[in-house]
Amino acid sequence: MPLLSVRDLQVDFTTRNGRVTAVNRIGFDVEAGKITAIIGESGSGKSVACYSLLGLLPVPPASIESGSAVFDGRDLLQLSERELRQIRGRDIAMIFQDPMTCLNPYMTVGNQLMEPLLYHRKVTRQQARARALELLAEVGLRDPESTIDQYPHQFSGGMRQRVMIAMALINEPKLLIADEPTTALDVTIQAQILGLIAELQRKRDIGVIFISHDLSVVADIADEIVVMEKGHVVERGDRQAIFEAAEHPYTRKLLAAIPAGSKAPGELPRDDLIQVRNLCTWFSQGRGSEPLRAVDDVSFTVQRGEVLGLVGESGSGKSTIGRSLLRLVPVTRGEVLFDGTDVTSLQGAALKQMRRRMQMIFQDPYASLNPRMSVYDTLAEPLLLHGIESRKTVEQGVLRLMDDVGLARAFVRKYPHEFSGGQRQRIAIGRALATRPEFVVADEPVSALDVTIQAQILELMLELGREYGLTMLFVSHDLAVVRHIADRILVLYKGRVVEQGTGDALFNSPREEYTRQLLQAIPGRGLL
Amino acid sequence: MWRFVVGRLLQAIPVILAVITVTFFLVRIAPGGPFDSEKAVIPEVKAALEAQYRLDLPLGQQYLAYLGDLAQGELGPSFKYPGRSVNELIAAGLPATAELGAYALLVAVVLGGLAGVVASLKPNSAQDYIPMSVAMIGICMPTFLLGPLLVLLFGIHLEWLPVAGWGDIPGDKILPSLTLGAAYAAYIARLSRAGMLEVMSQDYIRTARAKGLPEWQVVTRHALRGGLIPVVAFLGPAFAGLLAGSFVVETIFQIPGLGRFYVQAAFNRDYTMILGTTVFLSTLIVLFNLLSDILAAWLNPRLRAQYGEA
Repeated sequence: MPLLSVRDLQVDFTTRNGRVTAVNRIGFDVEAGKITAIIGESGSGKSVACYSLLGLLPVPPASIESGSAVFDGRDLLQLSERELRQIRGRDIAMIFQDPMTCLNPYMTVGNQLMEPLLYHRKVTRQQARARALELLAEVGLRDPESTIDQYPHQFSGGMRQRVMIAMALINEPKLLIADEPTTALDVTIQAQILGLIAELQRKRDIGVIFISHDLSVVADIADEIVVMEKGHVVERGDRQAIFEAAEHPYTRKLLAAIPAGSKAPGELPRDDLIQVRNLCTWFSQGRGSEPLRAVDDVSFTVQRGEVLGLVGESGSGKSTIGRSLLRLVPVTRGEVLFDGTDVTSLQGAALKQMRRRMQMIFQDPYASLNPRMSVYDTLAEPLLLHGIESRKTVEQGVLRLMDDVGLARAFVRKYPHEFSGGQRQRIAIGRALATRPEFVVADEPVSALDVTIQAQILELMLELGREYGLTMLFVSHDLAVVRHIADRILVLYKGRVVEQGTGDALFNSPREEYTRQLLQAIPGRGLL
Repeated sequence: MWRFVVGRLLQAIPVILAVITVTFFLVRIAPGGPFDSEKAVIPEVKAALEAQYRLDLPLGQQYLAYLGDLAQGELGPSFKYPGRSVNELIAAGLPATAELGAYALLVAVVLGGLAGVVASLKPNSAQDYIPMSVAMIGICMPTFLLGPLLVLLFGIHLEWLPVAGWGDIPGDKILPSLTLGAAYAAYIARLSRAGMLEVMSQDYIRTARAKGLPEWQVVTRHALRGGLIPVVAFLGPAFAGLLAGSFVVETIFQIPGLGRFYVQAAFNRDYTMILGTTVFLSTLIVLFNLLSDILAAWLNPRLRAQYGEA
């Protein structure tokens, strides 16, 4: 008998525009001792389904219309809130996506960690603390004795996720629900957390539901895979069946979205648009401390028409390089020659003129667009500011940009919150292209997006790159993505370039240990 | 932490100096003087009075002399209460005003905080609308209207509480405290509701629920602290405002407090009294603001660490 057996589950939401069925009569099983992955895009209902089992959805607007979820002989959907609370955090525990926001910033890690134990079991504070220390050590925190009394902000993202895992496991639950637990993390950290979850699952022989939008993430760890689309389960099967013989077109689309292969090498004129020489960007860390050497003596060139990939983990200085090139952060030392002109010393009108030729696309399309400006305002602003269009012609200019980035013209008066993440990134790309730049820095432009949307945006960028004759610096922590789009790749580590070469060269014969580590960290390497 | 406190105190000096300077010259620009009256005063007497209070000196010298006295903690003699210094007058009025302010603050925090938290737990329901509507009325209603209304209801109609006085009859402190605290309670209710709503939508509240904690523990253990930080940050300005704004309530309820001296001083052109009270109150305001900032920072581990290092 499976540990959890969901049948005929339907969850509706009451919205201003009427009722929406988020989860439509789905069924799946979770076996003890196995990892069941639920895969689907944002809005496919995968998280809603799991939250509804635990009574974690706000009712209203949500309502569970039908179904059963038998866990350990009891139907979760028939339990009272009080009975369900006894199960929550004790028999079924959860890990969430963003470890930065899921821990209470006002409580020490230790107190948060001990809470489920103190609430559900009869233990003293000393016993709980001892258990918390054991678990912190087990999830790989160095020196638990001193970190247990620290606050979450003193931890890195990966460490916080380890704390979340410890917190979920402290009551030795029978089922662990992990909701996109690695999506907010760097590739190398993601690999560690995935390994940790798989290891702890094996050791305890518990059931795990692993929710993700990305099939490649679960390629190495999932036993069973459930694929969801628009509230329906469209395909179920074991890992091998899904990866090797997927039947449903949506599953195939998800598989195809996994960035694979290298960009075909194109003919490039040997003409350096950008020459970076001994670039240093240091940040002051207050009086008396050494400056933070975010970028430390980096030299490289970008050829006209080339897409250069910058790869590294958080803190490697990859974003800072992009910002330094555009003068969005002050450069400490070194030269950045753009078409022969050193941009590091430009001022006033000359700098503004240069900025027109260099643009930036930011990571988070939710944060980088002004929520009070419509698409029209966002796109018209740079056109007018740089005198590309007059007041009379600006509307045509805006509509042309929308065509280029694949947004329907009818959306022109809409505001950012009315768009999905992928559409917002299209707006952001349109804004960057408005000034007809020669050079674009794209800073993690797809890492906040679902894998299927990511594939579309990458396609769009390649296409626009050709059409506009763009030279691009593509910054990402994800080697597979960069390999897909870039002609050449620089690998950064702690502010320095450790290796560079074409995607194929790096993948097939990495010379540096760090590059090898990055390659190891790519989930589902076998798929590439 | 100490560097933060000392830095803030040093910043306060120019602020207070500016307050002194502006007040000093403003009261002198106002028409009339402390010894003008309807009856003609013999010129010699007036000259002698002005000489005694240094009013015959050029304005610049008067200003410097005042600053000199102030540096020694001396606020000067009152012009209207002969033989009494401003220090004595403030000392006489302060206890009643401070007590009234403290009770009013208590009323504001307890009533306002409770109303705000209760409202935030079920947003857009009766539990939210009723306290928030009352709070809106509280913000709109001036004390000079609320005071007499409360007196009419509880003092005259129901005869539950005394209509005036301070510390003479048991219960006579209740109505003034309520009257003064009401507007602040209303404001705190809105602040705490907004703060709690913000916190209750955070991911870590979902984490707390996923642990199986009952809702009241989610609120008290995980939400209250973050949700009430805006209220704590408002306490300093609130207490200062209560002290400075107690005049109306003191007048309605015949309370021998600082506010009445202050306003009387302005009518009488009692220069030293106006200045003395202004300096005293602005110093208090600066101090209370600092205090609530420290408290708010201390409640937030992130800020605590920042100030700890700075």
